[in-house]
Amino acid sequence: MKHDYIDRYSKLESPVHSLDPRAKAIALFALIVICVTTPPRAWWAFCVYAGVVLIIAAASRVPVSYLLSRVLVVLPFILMVAVFIPFMHKGGTSYDLGPFAVSSEGLLVLWNVAIKSTISVSCLILLSSTTPFPDLMHGLERLHVPSFFTTVAAFMYRYIFVIVDEAQRMKRACESRNFRGRWIWQARTVGYMVASLFLRSHDRAERVYQAMCARGFDGTFPLQRESSMRAADYVFMSVVVLIVLTGRLAVLWK
Amino acid sequence: MEVIGLDTREAIRIESLSYHYHDGTPALEDVNLTVRRGESIAVMGPNGAGKSTMALHLNGILSGEGRVEIMGLEVCGKNLSEIRSMVGLVFQDPDDQLFCPTVREDVSFGPRNQKLTQELVDQAVSRALTWVGMEGSEDRSPHHMSFGEKKRISLATVLSMDPEILVLDEPATNLDPKGRRELIELVRGFEVTKVIISHDTGMTRELCDRLIIIDDGRIVADGHTDELLSDSRLLELHGLL
Repeated sequence: MKHDYIDRYSKLESPVHSLDPRAKAIALFALIVICVTTPPRAWWAFCVYAGVVLIIAAASRVPVSYLLSRVLVVLPFILMVAVFIPFMHKGGTSYDLGPFAVSSEGLLVLWNVAIKSTISVSCLILLSSTTPFPDLMHGLERLHVPSFFTTVAAFMYRYIFVIVDEAQRMKRACESRNFRGRWIWQARTVGYMVASLFLRSHDRAERVYQAMCARGFDGTFPLQRESSMRAADYVFMSVVVLIVLTGRLAVLWK
Repeated sequence: MEVIGLDTREAIRIESLSYHYHDGTPALEDVNLTVRRGESIAVMGPNGAGKSTMALHLNGILSGEGRVEIMGLEVCGKNLSEIRSMVGLVFQDPDDQLFCPTVREDVSFGPRNQKLTQELVDQAVSRALTWVGMEGSEDRSPHHMSFGEKKRISLATVLSMDPEILVLDEPATNLDPKGRRELIELVRGFEVTKVIISHDTGMTRELCDRLIIIDDGRIVADGHTDELLSDSRLLELHGLL
């Protein structure tokens, strides 16, 4: 079975793709941290952040439609909560909308959540679609992110498709026996499917671990080859951080 | 004196090995087996007879009562890393065997656990991949490969450790005829001691002179492959026909 995977465009060739994963991770995480700590009324600062994101996106040659579709997958979850805030929150001028009243303070909260989450999510999507996932994990490891996290993520990347395949096979086998899973009384069957998927995954985890032990695994992951950052990586990192910091600090002085 | 001379020629020695599952169900009962170096033996038996359980004892993943020796070395805690370098165990499902995001990492996992230097690890990886005819696939990820390719890479992950004994659990299952043929030729080319668990009588005949049949946790037959496979009464009795 074929799948869409999260680092689909990560093997393109572009100036952004050829950067060291560490440089990209540090620059984009810095952008995220600086962005979320910016006061919501600092409109210009957000323009600077968005501009940086757009420039990196353009340089990466990843199709815009793909980036947008990815952003749109994540955002609704955040906005679903935030969209009610202007109606509940009191404070500032309030605008009358027939049966509802919208407060300006509440609108500011909505803007704050919307712009910060859009920029943060875009950064993460740019990072994951310009860096092959394994390289990203090794990069993070070298940045001393605890190997527990990178290992769990690497296993997830490897096995999510195996589990999806297994679920699909199970679903097809059920459907072949005329099961549609549409009605509430069929929930029991779906429950059984989820349970058996869980048990199978648990058994698989056991077998994977045995296979690892059979090749001499003793609980610590052997280190990968080292690679060093080049001048271009340092330049990218410092330019991004400097521009973003300038945007942030300009607001403070005003 | 002759005993000492004989000992060094043994690849595997299993003495009165018994193993029980957590719930007390016996999986292996009083198994005795000696395999000489360079020998290729096939292991057959009905589902749940204990074939895989026995294989997992060969490198100490499981340990029951009794004694297992590999190349004259007892399988026990302090020898485990040495034993696991000598016994290359290939699991039935390549998705269990291949857990890394890239082929290179998977094939180098064993050598890196052996604490080899980077240079030796790289050599071991390219040698193993060439051996199984998958050179140049270092940067591909296993989950986008065909089943036959995954099987080859699984083999490479243990070949890279330079094992003395190769233990293959159902190597040809689910392969298409061409893939099966290629795998047989591949395995035939490895000049190490081989233990092959399989239901595939054709492959067994081609690769192994000696056959043991396990049923209900016991070795019920041990002899020449052609002889045992032509004994239809024996095969029928143990659910192999």
